[in-house]
Formats: sequence, C-alpha cells, structure tokens
Amino acid sequence: MSLFIQSIINGLNQGAIYALIALGYTMVYGIIRMINFAHGDFIMVGAYTLFYTVPLMINYGMPAWLAVIIAIVVCVVVGVTVEVVAYRPVRNAGSMTALITALAMSLFLENLAMVLFGANPKSVTAIFDLPSIDFLGAKLQCKYLLTIAIGLIMMLGLQIFVKKTKLGKAMRAVPQDKQASTLLGINVNKIITTTFAIGSGLAAVAAMMYCSTYPRCTTDMGSMMGLKAFIAAVLGGIGSIPGAMLGGIIVGLVEIFVKVYVAPGWYEAITYSLLIFVLLIKPSGILGKNTGEKV
Amino acid sequence: MSNTTDNTPVLKAQNLGIVFGGLKAVDSFSMEIGKSELVGLIGPNGAGKTTVFNLLTGVYQPTEGSFYLNGVKMNGRKTHQVVAAGISRTFQNIRLFKKMTVIDNVKVAMNMHMTYSLPASILRLPSYWKQEAEIEEKARELLNIVHLADKADFIAENLPYGQQRRLEIARALATGMKLLLLDEPAAGMNPTETAELLDIINDIRDRFQISVLLIEHDMSLVMKICERIQVIDYGVTIASGTPEEIANNPKVIEAYLGKDEEGGL
Amino acid sequence: MGKEKKISYFINAVGVLVLFLLLYALFQSGVLGVRTSYLKGICTTACYTIIMVTSLNLLVGFMGEFSLGHAGFMSVGAYASAVVTNMLADAGIPNLLLFIIALLVGGCCAAVTGVLVGIPALRLRGDYLAIVTVAFAEIIRVAFCNFEITGGGRTMSGIAKLSDFYWCFWVTVVCVSIMFLYTRSRFGRTIVAIREDYIAASASGINVTFYKVLNFTISAFFAGVGGAMYAHYMTAMIPTNFNFAYSAEMLTEVIIGGTGSLTGSIIGAAFLSALPEAMRQFANYRMLAYSVVLVLVMIFKPGGIFGKWEFSLTRALKKLVHFGRDGKKPAEQMTGGE
Repeated sequence: MSLFIQSIINGLNQGAIYALIALGYTMVYGIIRMINFAHGDFIMVGAYTLFYTVPLMINYGMPAWLAVIIAIVVCVVVGVTVEVVAYRPVRNAGSMTALITALAMSLFLENLAMVLFGANPKSVTAIFDLPSIDFLGAKLQCKYLLTIAIGLIMMLGLQIFVKKTKLGKAMRAVPQDKQASTLLGINVNKIITTTFAIGSGLAAVAAMMYCSTYPRCTTDMGSMMGLKAFIAAVLGGIGSIPGAMLGGIIVGLVEIFVKVYVAPGWYEAITYSLLIFVLLIKPSGILGKNTGEKV
Repeated sequence: MSNTTDNTPVLKAQNLGIVFGGLKAVDSFSMEIGKSELVGLIGPNGAGKTTVFNLLTGVYQPTEGSFYLNGVKMNGRKTHQVVAAGISRTFQNIRLFKKMTVIDNVKVAMNMHMTYSLPASILRLPSYWKQEAEIEEKARELLNIVHLADKADFIAENLPYGQQRRLEIARALATGMKLLLLDEPAAGMNPTETAELLDIINDIRDRFQISVLLIEHDMSLVMKICERIQVIDYGVTIASGTPEEIANNPKVIEAYLGKDEEGGL
Repeated sequence: MGKEKKISYFINAVGVLVLFLLLYALFQSGVLGVRTSYLKGICTTACYTIIMVTSLNLLVGFMGEFSLGHAGFMSVGAYASAVVTNMLADAGIPNLLLFIIALLVGGCCAAVTGVLVGIPALRLRGDYLAIVTVAFAEIIRVAFCNFEITGGGRTMSGIAKLSDFYWCFWVTVVCVSIMFLYTRSRFGRTIVAIREDYIAASASGINVTFYKVLNFTISAFFAGVGGAMYAHYMTAMIPTNFNFAYSAEMLTEVIIGGTGSLTGSIIGAAFLSALPEAMRQFANYRMLAYSVVLVLVMIFKPGGIFGKWEFSLTRALKKLVHFGRDGKKPAEQMTGGE
C-alpha cells in the first residue's frame, strides 16, 4: 500500500515535469505546426543556468528561488533568439525544412553547451530544502508535492490565459488562418514570438522541477527529456493544452508503475507502445481534433 | 473494352445516401447510365454533386443504397479497387502529380495493368523493357488524344490551367475505365478551350465506347453534349430528363435562380 | 530508348570498375604507407553510411515521409547478422560467403521488422509518422538492451571482422544500383506519385497502402544490410549506438544532400563520414559547425545542396566528347570516393 502511494506521488511528480515540457511543444506545434526539437534543450539551458546561479544567490544571501527568475529570463532569451534567427526564415518552406532546422538547433545548443560547460555532469545545488512527511506509511517528499502543485498552477494559469485574454485568443486564431488573423490586425510574428517566450519560460520552470528531483545536469539531458515529453504531448493530442497535461501525467505514471511493478528494463518500451497504440486508434491523440483531407 | 450485354446499364445507382454529422449530403440518389451514354449532373453550389462522385469512387462509403458497375456491386470497395473495376474520375480542384512529367502522370495510372515484378525491374529483365516500351507508346497515344503530345516531357505543374485539366482526363483514361466521371472539366476555361474540350470529350466517347458522367457549371457545354441531365439540390434529385426538358423545368429554374448566383440558365 | 539506356548502364559499370581499380591501386601500392588501413577504414565507414543514407532517401525523398527511426532498422540488421555469424563461426564457411550470409540475414530481418512496423505506422502521415518511427526505434533499442543474446544492454563484442573494404565497395555498388533501378521502375514512379498526391494516386488505381509498405520494407532491408556491414566492421556494439541522435543525423544527411537525389545522398554520406576523421582535433567544434551549416542550408537552399539533381556519367561524357545520350546516373560513382 505504501509502495503504491509512493509510486503515485513519484509518478505524478514525474508526470508534472513532463507535462510542463509537453506544454512547450504543444503550444509551438499548435501555432506553427512545427516540432520544436530544440525545446528539450531549453530545459538544459535552464538547468545550467540554475547550476551557476543558485550558489551565487546563496553566496550573496539572497533566496535561492530568485535563481529561477534568472533561469526563466535566460531561457526566454534563448527561445526567442532561436525562433527569430533560425525558425522564422524557414517558416514557409515546408514541414520537412522546419523539422530539420529544429533538429539542427537542438544539435547546436547541445554542442554549444558541450563546448562551454564540458562533458562532465554537473550537480545542481538544491533550491528547496524541504522535509519529508509520513503518510499512510509512505514517505512523502514535500518537494515532490511542491512540484506537482507548481505544475498544476502553471497549467491552469496557461489555460486561463489562452481562453480568456486577448493575447491568448489571438494565439488560438493564428493557426486557424494566418492571413485572416493579419487582416484582423493581429501581428502574427509577435504572437509566434510570444508563444516561444512562454514555452521557453515553462521550460525553465520544468528545469527547476527536474533539478529538485534529480539534481544534476548534462548536455544531453534535454534531448532525452524532450523526446519523452514530446511523446506525452502527442499522446494527449498535440496542440491541446489539457492534452499535454493529460499526456504528461499518463507518461509519468506509466513509467513509474512499470518500473516498480512490471519490468524495470522495459519502461520506455511500454511508454512508446502506449503512444503507438493510442495513435492507431485515434490518430490525433487522446484530446486532439481530427482533421481529414477534403477531396 | 467490356463484353457486357447491351441491356445491363454500365452504372446503376440505387437510393445512394450519405450522412455527415446528422446532415444528409446526398439522399436517395438513383441513376442509370447506359453504354457510351453521356449524362450530365448539375445543381447549384453545395448541392452534393462532388459528394456523389466521392460515393461512386469509394472515397466515401454510402450509408444507404448501393451502386453497380456492369451489374457488379461496388459498395465497400476502396478507391483503387473501384478504379480497377472500371470507374475513374477527374477532380474539381486539379490533382495532378505536380512535380512529375506529363507523360509520367499518365504512366502512373497504367501501373495497375503492368505486371513485371520487383526482381524483374531490378534485373532489368525483358519483361521490364517490353512493358515500359508498351506504356510509353500508349501514354503518348493518350496525350495525343487530349492534344498534349508535344508537352509530354514538361513538368505537370508548369502547364497552363486548361492543359492541366486535359492531362487529368488523359490520366483518367489511362486506367482503362468503362465509366468516366468528369468533375467540372471546363471550370476556369475560356470559350476556345471549352470548345476544344468538347471535341475531346466527344472524341473519347466515340473512340473508346465509354460512358461519361459530367458535373459542369457551364450550361452551354452541358446542354450541347449531354444526352440526359439529372439535377440535384440539397442532395435530392429534383429533375431528370433531356436537355430541353431540363431547361424548361420550373423546379430547376427556381433552384438556380432562387439560390445560386453563379448558375446561368 | 531501351538501347540507349543499356549503353548508359554499361558506361556506368565501366566507370565504377575504373574507380575501384584506382582505389585498389592506391591502397595496394603502399604509397599511403602506415595510413593505408586507416583510410581504408574511413572508406568502409563511408560504404555503410552511403547505404544507410540512400535507403533513408527512399522514404524521405521519394515517398515524402520522414522517418526518424532508421537507426532502429539498422540495429536489427546489425544484431541479427552478428548473432548468426557468431553461431556459424565454427562451421568452416569461407569468409566471403559468411559475409554475404550476414548481409542477407541482416537485410531480411530488418525487412520483416519493416513490414511489421510499416503496416500500422503508415496509416499516419507527416509529423505523426515521424514520431511513431521514433517510438518503434526506441522500442527496438530497449528490446536489444534486454535480450541476453544481444549483450543485455552491455557491449556485444567479438563479432567476426568480415567487412573488408573491397567487399564493402561492391556491396555498396550493388545496393545503390538496386535502389537506383528500383526508383526508375514502375514501383519508383508509383511511390513518387503517392508523394505528390495520394488521393489522386488512389484515384489512378494505385493501392497506396501496399506501395507505401513495400517502399518502407525495401528501405528497411537496405538499412539492415548497412547495419550488418557496420556490425562486422566495428566488431563490437551497444544498443545506444542506434539511438534517436543517430537516426536524426542520418536524416540530416539526406536533407543536406538533397531529398530525392541519390547522388546527393551518396556525396553527403561520403563527405560526412570523412569529416569527423578529418576534423578530429576540433571534435567539439565539429558538431557545432555542422549544426550551423545545417541551419544555413535550410535557410538558403531548403531542397538540399543537390536538390533533385542526379549526376550522370553518360551526360558528363557527352559534354566532354559529344558521346552517348541522357541516361542513367552512375549512382555508384562516388562510392567510397574521398
């Protein structure tokens, strides 16, 4: 029983991280139909920023969570730069070109990190120092609960932002019809850049959450996390914000439960099989909208 | 081409219907087309004409009714199977293999009549050379029929609009069908091009003894070449008969003048 | 037209033979001294990279669908062939025969996997298909990490060293020729038609699913052959060698060379397998430079460096001495040619 509760908490913790990253993928895909492979590497950027800034904050006697603000700023700058410099010029050149550009940017960020920070893993100083509590015989780490709570708040906030605010509505209008949006006075470039900024900011928060669970960063952490988070986004229905949350949570829970109860070596295979299974039944993901081609 | 007895209609559609999200796009559509007959299907915009074509080519499966080609039931077949059985079509919004040459566009549609195997193609066995030479010749013949012989090696997307439409017809002919469905073949053409198209359609019919079902907005074309015309509106057949009968049918006039701004009767 | 093509095939065969003799003379004469075996190694690497990249181009360039799981099929070929040659190690089979068996086993196992993956996966298109191919490749990788016979996640070593450069050269020539002839047949024409407009293709009587799966399977077959060559060159491997990053790298090589151009794939693959060696001392900056070049190519020449252009020896000769007619490209010309 205690193992079960423990696994649920671990799974939700993992799922919340995936969900936050998946949100970044989903928002970008939703607006420009592009798989932003570099998104995973934004997390890596965030994690390295935390690695350098957390000790700095502590040294100067400031609260450690301020480092997260810096990480968000750094990630937003990197994300927006990538969009403007690399993605904007190829935006109308077809999906294959966009995909390769995204892969290239991912490769670029990883290798830049390799040159700047070296190949050795770095260990990140803990931002929160929270106790663990006993709950029905299970040992619950408060930082996990905090992660889950932060994740939930971010998702709800984002959902409200997209549904209620003017900017959010414009974000939903652009993918429907770019030209019509322009005619209505929406600055499409600005909207896309904003989307990247939000997605990258979320990646920094995800980096913080990731580092509080696994306090180390490597140059390839982003691509591994990113791939799984992307799977989560597709599973939930890419382009849909609730879908990203649902997909993230499912992937997190499945991973932890398969690891604990089924076959530790096979957990990734099971996640991927689940994705394939879902896509074959519902090609646009669990909450995705189906769009067939008109003859 | 076919060895059916004369009294079996080439196409027989019985009460075909399809529902999209509660809306009946086509309702109890019935039609018979005899051998080498040329029938027109007209109706205002959004009347469900193209949906009928999609039903007859297996793009959509009818939710009710059935249709037969030379007495063989076609329901439940996939598009390529319907085509293999002998119904082929052109598209309202031209769908060519844009980056391929004109002649290759036609050759693609002959693929189903080609039998050389994968090993034969890799080893370039005699069957490869023989069949490739055969379809080369046939394809050029068909291009000749649609007056595109001199454009054989052009890239399809570089052809002017009217020629692209004719290429679609050549490609449809290449499948060796018994029933040809033409979806607004004259759309966007000028009078000279339309006249040329008219000649081509007549020529095809005489040469191959095939039946043609034609969707068209250009009334002068329809009235000139169709032997019979069927009119649908909101998915329902409202009239059917000879061109003269249709032209004087009050229901048809109402359907067009009442709702459609573009149909010029 | 048949006769001209046959002449052109013959000219190209001669061209390949000349290239082989040049390389043979270069390596056998010993002018390169101690670097001979090192350079031969690079050429062997180029051989299997060429097979991998051209086979991926069958999907990306000709069918217009991008696969991000090509390394998965490669690993199936690599492991299957390694397991078989290990079993046959003491059977006294001559090396050349054993090598051919290894290649065929690798290719066939990968082809079977290709059918199994292709039937469900090819119901999807575009980005979704790409993601499903990633998923399948990852499942394959995890499976090899868990099977005892493939090393159980640790390095599988002691595979017989069978991939001699001279043999690999001819294997590559054969593979690329087969792929070239395939694309210039009714099958290749059909695949391109499906890429251009699958709805019009099915309205032209083409069984779209069948041809897609066929193409996918052929591509997987050659990926398996490439994998078998890789395994018997490296003699040791670990499932992580065949990860997402490797699949992505192959895809970028296809795109940089030019989608739909086998020449581009060949030159791209040969160049990129030589590059790491040439820039060994700048290892860190190499990938950085590569990614920048990739972005620049995408921005300024989205169709890849060679676009859809194919090199034709016949055409080149014609320009030189007004001889011969337009015909086949010597797909094999660049094989191992740096």
